Amino acid sequence: MAKIKGDIVINTERCKGCEVCIAACPLTVIAMSKEVNSKGYHFAMKVNNECTGCTNCALVCPDGVITVYRAKVAID
Amino acid sequence: MEEQFVKTEIRKPENIVYKKTDLMVDRPLSYCPGCGHGTAHRMLMEVIEEMDIQEKTIGVSPVGCSVLAYDFLNIDMLGAAHGRAPALATAIKRMWPNHFVFTYQGDGDLAAIGTAETIHACNRGENITIIFINNGIYGMTGGQMAPTTLPGMRSSTSPYGRDVPTMGHPLKITELIAQLPGVYYVTRQAVHTPNHVRKTKKAIRKAFELQKENKGLCFIEIVSNCNSGWKMTPVQSNKWMEENMFPFYQLGDIKVDGKLIEAAK
Repeated sequence: MAKIKGDIVINTERCKGCEVCIAACPLTVIAMSKEVNSKGYHFAMKVNNECTGCTNCALVCPDGVITVYRAKVAID
Repeated sequence: MEEQFVKTEIRKPENIVYKKTDLMVDRPLSYCPGCGHGTAHRMLMEVIEEMDIQEKTIGVSPVGCSVLAYDFLNIDMLGAAHGRAPALATAIKRMWPNHFVFTYQGDGDLAAIGTAETIHACNRGENITIIFINNGIYGMTGGQMAPTTLPGMRSSTSPYGRDVPTMGHPLKITELIAQLPGVYYVTRQAVHTPNHVRKTKKAIRKAFELQKENKGLCFIEIVSNCNSGWKMTPVQSNKWMEENMFPFYQLGDIKVDGKLIEAAK
């Protein structure tokens, strides 16, 4: 059986930590980091494997730091 | 810490479903965290990319936070004097009628100092597209009261809230413009949730398609947040916007195909 799975890559150096993506994600894949980037912002990061590649987070990101991947993955 | 959630079997170039468009210059945006300008810029550039009109598009940037739009949008841009973007766009469109011309203006630029230029450009029915970002405040200069500030809304020059008897009523410039016969398409959208972002993109696409057909002026208002000016976090400001801005500035089409929608009359 195949399932749609997704993945996101966040450009943490460009992230300003506005948290708008967290509110937009239906599966709470994103959370804020404890560390800060070189500008001093806490950045968004992926915290589980639930992502389906719906692109919601990337659409609302004002700085466009999120790249979304989606593929059909065979699972047992 | 993030490494444990990397899915290498998915993270391949052929599986990319969304990435920032190449028409946005690879440069950090100067806007505050959570500001709707960044999303509005990106949707605009995505439409231009999809229509493949990068070389034929000329934008006019306003005075305000988005004055630096020419640093981020990889198209030909001009900076207009405060509020005069529609006048400049008129000139550009008349010189190059086959080019796509748009202005990108904030509420202090379009609805305050630029009211005359905006209304007359709309009344003449110039074939340009106006993108109007309404956040109810003068964001760049420090959150002063704008014509679009809601009654009771606090700003740095109305610290006890906008008092209508002394400070006047908020200006619904979009409804005002929709009455003019030269305007073909008027809509009000938002960019704070994925659904609204998709609708905004469709509206911008429609406006550019109509410009190609020389139908008349298309006006897109985007109700946006100004979390720094409103003194809130980005997520709080989006919620505040939904609760307070949207009942007054109702989202949706106001004029389609040159005809007013019944609810907007």
